[in-house]
Order: sequence, then C-alpha cells, then structure tokens
Amino acid sequence: MNQWDNFKKGFLKENPVFVLLLGLCPTLGVTTSALNGLAMGLATAFVLVMSNSVISLIKNLIPSKVRIPSFIVVIASFVTIVDLVMAGYAPALHAKLGLFIPLIVVNCIVLGRAEGFASKNNLLSSLIDGASMGLGFAFALTILGGIRELLGGGAFFGHKFITGDGILIFVLAPGAFIVLGYLIAIVNIINKSKAKAHCSTD
Amino acid sequence: MEYFSIIISAIFVNNIVLTQFLGICPFLGVSNKVETALGMGGAVLFVMTLSTIVTYLVQNYILVPLNIGYLQTITYILVIAALVQMVEIILKKVSPALYQALGVFLPLITTNCTILGVAILVIQKEYNLIESVLFAISNACGFALALIIFSGLRENLDLVEIPEALKGVPIALIIAGLLSLAFMGFAGIV
Repeated sequence: MNQWDNFKKGFLKENPVFVLLLGLCPTLGVTTSALNGLAMGLATAFVLVMSNSVISLIKNLIPSKVRIPSFIVVIASFVTIVDLVMAGYAPALHAKLGLFIPLIVVNCIVLGRAEGFASKNNLLSSLIDGASMGLGFAFALTILGGIRELLGGGAFFGHKFITGDGILIFVLAPGAFIVLGYLIAIVNIINKSKAKAHCSTD
Repeated sequence: MEYFSIIISAIFVNNIVLTQFLGICPFLGVSNKVETALGMGGAVLFVMTLSTIVTYLVQNYILVPLNIGYLQTITYILVIAALVQMVEIILKKVSPALYQALGVFLPLITTNCTILGVAILVIQKEYNLIESVLFAISNACGFALALIIFSGLRENLDLVEIPEALKGVPIALIIAGLLSLAFMGFAGIV
C-alpha cells in the first residue's frame, strides 16, 4: 500500500466512526457543536499520532505477553499531556469536553491502531496511519457536531444565521443518536456505490 | 434522602448510557440478545463497584497525600486492568459457574469507558466512600437497564422490514435515540 492510500483510508473507506464504529462515546457525547467536535477530534488525533509513533519505535523491546498494558501506559501518558495542556491553555474548552478527555485512554480506536497497525509496521507508516485515523475521526466529529449545531441552534462554528431557536432536540442527547444513525446510513450508501463502480470498471 | 436522590438520578435521570454517552460500544455490541445483555450487566455491576472502591482508596490514600494527582488517568486504567484480570482469575478458581456466565464479558470491560468514567466522576463530585459505592451500583444498574430494554427492542427488529441502508447499526442508533427521548421524560424528578 502506498502512503497516500494509507493516509486517505481514514476519511471514508475505513473511517473510524462511520465504518469501523469505534470510539462512539466521545462521538456522541461532545458533538453538541462543530467546534467541540473538532477540538475533541484533534485531541484524539494528537494522541493517536504520538502513541502510534512511539509504539512503532519500541515494538521490538516489548515482550508480547505484556504488550497491551505497555500500550495502555504509552497512550495514558499522552492523554495526560493533552489533558494538562488543554486545562492550562484552553480552560473553557477543557470544561466543556470534561470527562471525555481522560476517557481517550479507553477509546477503542487508539488501542486498536496500536495493536492492529503500529505494532507491526515501521515508523513512517504508523505515523501516517495515526494521522489518517485521527483526522478521519476529527472529520466525522466535526460533521456530526456541525449538523447538530445547524439543526439545533441555527448556527455553524458559533456563527448564528437563523434568528430564534432551532429544533432543540438535536442538541440534546436523543439527537446525537438519531443524526449519527442517518449519517452512517448515508456513508454506507456512498461506500457501496463506490464499490459497485469499482467492480464495473474492473 | 440524599442517597435516594443519588440512586434515582444515576439510574433514570442521568442514565449513563442514554444521556451521558458512556459505554456505547458494549451497548451496541452485546445487545442482540436479552441473555447476553443480562450477562454484561452483571459483569459491569461487579467490576464497577469493586473498581470504584479501589480507585477511591488509591486516590485518597496514595495520590492525594503524595501530591501526584496528575497521574490519575494512568493509575486508574492500570488499577482497573489489573483488577479485571484478578477478578477473572479468582472467579475461575472460586466460582466456575459465575465465571461461565460472566467470563466472555470480563476482558471487554477493561476498555468499557463506564468503569473509568464512574471512577473519575466520583472524584469530581467529591463523594465520600458510601456515596461512591452507591453511585457506582446505581450507574451499573442504569447501564444494565438501558442494555436490557435495548436488547429487547432489537430482538424484535428481526421481524420487521428495514430499508437496505439503515440495516444493522444505523437503525439501532435511531432506536437508541428514541429510547433516550423516552428517558428524557424522567428529567426534573429529583
């Protein structure tokens, strides 16, 4: 696989949220606005890139029996870094994302890529894989947050262009489930029609 | 009265799955049958109560006195992982029947964010030990309740015709949204 394909796969074909269905807790929990979604996505992307790179570098030093706990320690260290940096420089955002920042540790995408990709590949591929998955995750969260913000409050990235209230249900908990359900259905359709087009050209 | 409000709020008003969005992976993953939902609920109840007690003690008797609160995330996840492993080993020896029932769900629990989430929430809310245990038990019950209702609904899905694109996870998420809407009816009772 060349590196461009490696990078591209996280956005649609193997999108961690829409296709692999990993890391759904923060996906649903923080996406009340596009900005929150983007911030959470970028925080996760940072952890993914760093942990993938470090794990790929030390993969030969770790005995395979204790690899999962070792991976978790590496991931937890970077999560702590993100947590402290965010609390220091963006306290308002940190308060909004709250519990979900420390919970990046148990986000299945991060451990999944560490075990499934970084522990078997070289530094460059692992770094690109982390960036691809991380940005794909951020992309999914921003779209979901954007749609919910748009329908629920008539705004996008905080810019309000509809006076009055939106459909409140979309910024509340049920809206998260419903919007994500339909988004996954749409991505299913796109990926299926792409696969079909691919088959007919072969 | 205070204890009562902790219980009601954790099970119904702030249901951990449907309003706090913790533990969505097992919620979608093991909710195809009511029996597996019961097994998972039991395993979570067991581990969550234990891990909350242990992390509470670790926080107040190790991390705070030594002034190393910034190691919270790393310490908690290691404590939880070790605890789950230990519970698995002990159950296997002491109660093979229970191990049979909960066995497959135990390894999954380490990466269940409800466990770590509740452990951190208890510290954030500054509960004492009794309140913490109550909070953990009620949250686990809330998790089990949501999981069991949801699996009951999903069992019935096999009998209906669903548009091709919505099959599987999308329709499950939409149902979860409706269930969450129903739980919003509890808002304001405590």
